[in-house]
This record gives sequence, C-alpha cells and structure tokens, in this order.
Amino acid sequence: METAPKPGRDIPPKKDKLPTKKKRPRRYWEEETTPTAAAASPGPPPNKKRNRELRPQKPKNTHTAKKSRVSRKPQIVQKPRERRDAEPPRSLSGAQDPFPGPAPVSMEVAQKFRRIDKSKKLPHSKSKTRSRLEVAEAEEEEISVKAARSELLLTEEPGFLEGEDGEDTAKIRQADIVEAVDIASAAKHFDLNLRQFGPYRLNYSQTGRHLAFGGRRGHVAALDWVTKKLMCEINVMEAVRDIRFLHSEALLAVAQNRWLHIYDNQGIELHCIRRCDRVTRLEFLPFHFLLATSSETGFLTYLDVSVGKIVAALNARAGRLDVMTQNPYNAVIHLGHSNGTVSLWSPAMKEPLAKILCHRGGVRAVAVDSTGTYMATSGLDHQLKIFDLRGTFQPLSARTLPQGAGHLAFSQRGLLAAGMGDVVNIWAGQGKASPPSLEKPYLTHRLSGPVHGLQFCPFEDVLGVGHSGGITSMLVPGAAEPNFDGLESNPYRSRKQRQEWEVKALLEKVPAELICLDPRALAEVDVISLEQAKKERIERLGYDPESKAPFQPKPKLKGRSSTASLVKRKRKVMDEEHRDKVRQSLEQQPQKQEKAVKPTGARPSALDRFVR
Amino acid sequence: MKVKMLSRNPDNYVRETKLDLQRVPRNYDPTLHPFEVPREYVRALNATKLERVRIWNLTKRNCIRTIQAHEGFVRGICTRFCGSSFFTVGDDKTVKQWKMDGPGFGEEEEPLHTILGKTVYTGIDHHWKEGIFATCGQQVDIWDEQKTSPICSMTWGFDSISSVKFNPIETFLLGSCASDRNIVLYDMRQATPLKKVILDMRTNTICWNPMEAFIFTAANEDYKEVYHTKRMQHVICVKWTSDSKYIMCGSDEMNIRLWKANASEKLGVLTSREKTAKDYNQKLKEKFQYHPHIKRIARHRHLPKPIYSQIQEQRIMKEARRRKEVNRLKHSKPGSVPMVSEKKKHVVAVVK
Repeated sequence: METAPKPGRDIPPKKDKLPTKKKRPRRYWEEETTPTAAAASPGPPPNKKRNRELRPQKPKNTHTAKKSRVSRKPQIVQKPRERRDAEPPRSLSGAQDPFPGPAPVSMEVAQKFRRIDKSKKLPHSKSKTRSRLEVAEAEEEEISVKAARSELLLTEEPGFLEGEDGEDTAKIRQADIVEAVDIASAAKHFDLNLRQFGPYRLNYSQTGRHLAFGGRRGHVAALDWVTKKLMCEINVMEAVRDIRFLHSEALLAVAQNRWLHIYDNQGIELHCIRRCDRVTRLEFLPFHFLLATSSETGFLTYLDVSVGKIVAALNARAGRLDVMTQNPYNAVIHLGHSNGTVSLWSPAMKEPLAKILCHRGGVRAVAVDSTGTYMATSGLDHQLKIFDLRGTFQPLSARTLPQGAGHLAFSQRGLLAAGMGDVVNIWAGQGKASPPSLEKPYLTHRLSGPVHGLQFCPFEDVLGVGHSGGITSMLVPGAAEPNFDGLESNPYRSRKQRQEWEVKALLEKVPAELICLDPRALAEVDVISLEQAKKERIERLGYDPESKAPFQPKPKLKGRSSTASLVKRKRKVMDEEHRDKVRQSLEQQPQKQEKAVKPTGARPSALDRFVR
Repeated sequence: MKVKMLSRNPDNYVRETKLDLQRVPRNYDPTLHPFEVPREYVRALNATKLERVRIWNLTKRNCIRTIQAHEGFVRGICTRFCGSSFFTVGDDKTVKQWKMDGPGFGEEEEPLHTILGKTVYTGIDHHWKEGIFATCGQQVDIWDEQKTSPICSMTWGFDSISSVKFNPIETFLLGSCASDRNIVLYDMRQATPLKKVILDMRTNTICWNPMEAFIFTAANEDYKEVYHTKRMQHVICVKWTSDSKYIMCGSDEMNIRLWKANASEKLGVLTSREKTAKDYNQKLKEKFQYHPHIKRIARHRHLPKPIYSQIQEQRIMKEARRRKEVNRLKHSKPGSVPMVSEKKKHVVAVVK
C-alpha cells in the first residue's frame, strides 16, 4: 500500500508559507538523521564465486533523483554533488532500489576480455605515444567491464555430472546417463554397427551439426547426425586413411590409399590431388582455408582450398609422419615423431618453429586444447603428459597408463579424452581455464572394438568415437561451450546464412605467411623496426655508427696515389675512428662502474677481490 | 547422481516464420573468436583496396557540375559561410555570386548577383561570419555583399597580390600573398596593413589553421590529393566546401569544376548498417595504417605522366641538396656550420 509522500520531505516549501525564523524550511534532499534506507536495501547477495567486485566510479544516481521529484514548480536545484549521492533516491511510492547502481562484475570475468599485456615494456617512446597508450588502456578497462556485464545475456548453462555420497563418476555407465537425462539429449547417444567395412575414422563439421566418417575398406558417409538425415553414402573402392570436412559441410576431403580426393556432400568426386600421395593424416585450418596433409613419405603439405594451390610442401626429415594435430589458437601444426619429439610447423618456414622432447619412446598421439595453452601427448612409454604451450613448454603433469593411448582429443571446455585399446577415458579439470587433472577419470566407456578415431562435437556434450565396430556417440555432460556466437559458427544456420558466412570468411581469409607462434604478433610494436628507424634517423642527422663501408682512398692523379700515400691516408682514417671509439668507451666507463657497485649488498666474502 | 546435459530448444534459435528476422545469438568471448588481429588486418587491407578500386573505376574522380562562369580565366572562387552560394572572380573584372544547388530542369545557369569592377581581380575570400568578402588584384578590397563598390582598399608596395584569406578565428584578420615574395597581414577594423614577411620563394596562397588563431601555412608546391582530367587546363584555385564533401576548382579554360572530395564515399542518407560498416572500415584503416602493405596501398595515387616525372626529378634534386648539406655538416668542425631549421630557412626578412 502506497502512501503519499509527506510534504515536508519531497516537495520544496511553498512560497506563501510564513517565514518563521525558528524553523528553517527543509529542502527535499534533507532527510532525518536516521535513514531507513540502509535497512531496506540489503545490497547485492554475496556470491562465493566473486572474489572482488568491481564497481564503476560514478553511480548514476543523479538521473534518478530528477525523476523521483514531484514536479510542482520546476526549480533550478543548485546543490553540491555529495549531498545528492549521500542516500539512495526516493521514488514517488517511497520504494527504493535494493540494488543501487549498475550490476557488479567479477575481476576474472573482466580479465578475460582484456588484451593489453601490461607487463610488457615498450621501448622509450614520445610523450604523445605514451599518452595515447594510456588512453587506450583506460578505455580497455572500461570496455572489459561492460563486456563482462554483457555475459548476463547468455542463455545456456554448461552441463555437469556429479556423483552423490562419494560416488565415483567414472563408474557411471552411458546407459544410466541416458535414462536420467531428457529425451532430446538421450537421442544424442547412438551406436552405428558397421562391422563390414573396417575400423572407422570420423570428423564433425565446424558447427557440430554434420558428421562424416570413413571406413578402412572404403565406406564413406556424411550425415546430419542430429536429425539423422543422410547426405551421402558411397564406397570409394580404396582404403580410406583419414577424412575431414573442409570449411563447411558441402565439401569433404578423403585421404585414400594413393592420393587425396575431394568429394561433394552428395558423393560426387570433385578433385583428385595427385601431388598429395600416401597421406596418413589430414587437418583443416578453418581461418586460413588450408588443408594440411602429412604423408608416409615424410612431407607436410599445405593446400589452399580456396584457390586450389599448394602453398608449401615441407620435408619434415623425420621419416613417416602419422601423428598430426593442429593448435586451434595459432594454426600451428604439431607432428609427433618416433624419437619422442613433437615438432611445430608453420607454412612460412622450412624449419620447424620448435621441437619439444616429450617421451622416451615414440609419440603416438598429440592433442592441443582450444585456447592453445595445453598440449597432451601420449607415447609408447605408456605415459600421458600435459605440457604448457604458452610459456615454458614444460610438462605440467604426467600419468602412467596401463595401455598406451593411441588417440587423444580435447573438448571446448578443456576435457581430455584418451582412447586406449577399446576403452575411452575422459579426464576433467577444475574450471574452464585449468588443465584436466589426471588423477581420476571423469568418465569411462568400453566399446565393441579398438578405437581408431576420437573427436568431441563442437557445441554439444557429445564425444564421437570411431572404432572397428562402427561409430559410437557418447554423452559427456559438461564437455561443450554452451553459448555459441551466431556470426562465427551457428549450428542452426539457414542456407542463406551459410552462404553469407562463407563469402565473409573467404574475404577475411588470413594469408598463410601470417601463421606463427603468437597470433597477435601483428598488433605488437615492431621493436626491431623501431630500433632500425631510430638508427636511420641518427644517420640522417650526421653520423652513421655501424653501416660504414671500409674506407677506400680515392685514387689521385699526378703521382699522388703511390702505395705509400694510400697506406698513409688509410691509416689516418683508421686512427680517427679508433680515437672516437676510445672517447666513447671512456664516457661509458663511469656508468658501468656505477652499475657494478650496486649489487654487492650481500655479506663480504673472500672472493670479492676477484670481482671487477 | 546429478546429471544435466546441455540441450538447446531449437525454437529459441530458429525463426518462427519466413517473415521474421533470423536469430543471431552473440557471445563475445575471445576464445570463440580466434585470430582477431590477422583477420582485422585482412579486413583493413580489403577496406584500403576497396577505396582505391573505386577511385580507379570512376575515371579518377567524379565530376558533378560544370559552369561557364566568366569570359576569360576564372581567377578565384570562395563559398559564403552559410554554404548556399559561392562567389567567383575572373579576368573579365567581374565578381559573380552563384547558387550552390544546380539549376532546375530547363533553367539556364545564371549568377545571383554580378559586380563590375575596375581592375582584374586575382583572388577572393569570404568573411567567416559576416556578409563581407575581400578581393585582391592590384590592392586588397573589402566589399559588402549588398553594395557595388568596396568599403575600403588596402595596399603595401607596388606589386600585384595573388591571393587573400580571412582568418577563421580572429575574423578581422586577413592575409595576402603578393608577387614580390611577401606575405602581408591586414586588420579589417582599422583598414590598415599590419605586418609584412619577405620570403625567398613566392607563395601562391596561404591557409589559416582553423584550430590555432595565429598560424597559417604558405603553399608553394605541396599537394596530397590529386584530382585531374584531360580537359582541365592550368588550375588556378581550389576550395573545400565546409562539410568537407566537395572540392571546387577554377581553371584556365574558364570552367569551375565540382568534385567529390572522397571519391569512394557514398553520398546521401546511409542506413545504420552502412554507417557502421563505414565507421568500422575507417577505424581499421587507422589502426593498421603503419603496416607496410597497407601504407603502400593507401598512399598510392595515380598521377598523369608529366606530374609524376616532375615529382621524381624534384625528389632527386632535393636528395642531392640534402646530401650536400649533410656532408658539409659532417666534414666541418662541429659547431662551425649552424644547423638551420627548415622553418627558418625560407624567411628572408620581417618588416613591421
């Protein structure tokens, strides 16, 4: 029930009121000394996740204050700001906003949207550049808070699976999960029994809507696995070693026994690329439109599918290549070798970008997570290791497996699946950003035959397994990113949307030369060029320190260029340069002495006499 | 056990009828958008190339209107501050005022107002706030728009004055350049000249800095944007419109041409999507402007052959002069050859 506000509080005093000197007329912003506001607004509820809450500097109370005034005579209110912000504004009904100000935002979420690396020191720049950088940093802070607040609008929540009363989630069977879950999700678990055409390898398209699989004896099929609508099913009459979707579900690349073939999703063969022969593994780099193939002959070939040219054919010089994966963060190809090393390749360089020694025996499987932070490898020494890729390339954790894992896959939220024989184990981490903890598996499943292919479906909580008995689709709650971006990959896109997306993606195709370990290299200050430009400036002003050609005395006429005089002239120039150098070093010496004196803050030892 | 699977209701993601818009849920998480920097770089490259391609396709620039203005050369042109009309002066000793909009269908192109003068006028400029304009020829005349004879005339020296400009901020100030290599500043209120600067090269025109009241640029031969056609002969004068969308130029063959300043710009009312796309492209070009490939494309201008070869020549000459200076500096005793800044090098004297 709402009562009318008392006149003394909100409404400014009327003009015909008798001015009594005893009682000063009270302005509407002046409250009694005991505000009931504090009790009425309990504040935002505490959330155990939020460690620090970020409140913006100026709450927008001034706007609401004006609205809440009863509009008698609009008087110009000139009052100091602090008074207005002192207590929460009153509305006409007397109700108050229990959560005044904009919604608080946690620091980690805001940190996710920040891109400037403040720890990096830039070379000394002009004050104008520095002020612009400061403005950019301040802007970025504000914007990251806004972006973090926009996460409220995301509709879906990730899945989860928790055992009760200390139950081990690894013991929960797929059948139990199917029973406990809703009917739409239960339909995502299916088994295709295809024993006739050999062990199967599979691939999901970028959006996660379509599935392509190929059997060792030539059976190739593509279907929309959600609606179970078959797009095509053919037998290519040759051994199929690997299969991949190209940029959309319209095209398939099949690595057959002899050569690489490209098929339409209706089963029509479009291309036969004879330059890629005896291919064992395929990887498609979606933002560069590059198909990377590794072959038995030891070559890593990059094929640009938008123009149809081979961009680079690199000789890895390590024998047969049959372990390959891509790093989705920087489009670098990881190859595993039989001497226990993993090498990182980019089409721009003939040599590997890096070589990491991982195992004592050969490497049998490599997988990189979607943020490019962790790499999981497993080898013939029955070890499963997780490496840190964005810093020190050191192993973070290791685990001995009873049987070596021949296949590894990461999910979008950081779950790791390993296929060992006919058993699949899945490990989970703490949150999205932490590596999976290899202590206890999250889920396990036994299949009807040894595993030959493993991939998590992009935006669904499903793991696709290709084995010698066919294809199985397993339910893995909490594997996938719940909220997709409609403009990047939209599983519910229409034909028109797909066409528009394809055109835009082709226009934005990143050239292959830009692939390197740090994808943000283009946005960094090119320190090398900067120093080069500085040097050039010094040169223009008069003297050029390094780029001096050795002095050649000009040949003179009239007998003045005899050998002796040439030597004399040369010596003169050399002495002058020597003098300059000595002068410079004399100037630098006192600076060095200063530096050397400082660090000896420790206790004096007998060896100090040998310190220069 | 507690289990929940991620399951989406297609009704929330697919539109209901054909007549609805498509639903596009957004997630701005950077992990879902990899390769931000290279993709934006490619977009910036595309934006720069698109601008250049449009310029090529429109025969270098788009000419909108041609007016037969004077008998004889058109010597000067300027717009009125309101933007609805502009003035021209020519070799036929007249000052004419024209409407900015083109003539309607079937109408002849007629000037709004014509003033007959006594001598040839070589330049004209309009006051930034009042209805006053100044012409120059033998002397600097200040005119009122309604009157047919000048309010006052000012002169210093016995040479012809090639151009006159009003200061946009201190609106009573005028600057003029004369053919004996000097620049003279005038005060309109007192109707007297203020100061004279003699330079070592003749200036063709000056331009006041709109942000800083007392700074102006004297122009000899620098140009950034190039507008050219085969039919246009010797260009005498050039002017921007105040909305910075058009450029007008008067030339020797007695024509005034109106050009689009940004050839690849779309005129007229833009939809909000077009505006966002345009702003995004602008910002991308700004962000990546220093990268070598993008800089190369953005700087590229197609020039007619005589101008191009002249530029090459000038560059070689300038390089030679600079090298000589540098060598002189290098091989003399440090301090004996004074380093003169580029600004002061060209000023010969200042007369009060």
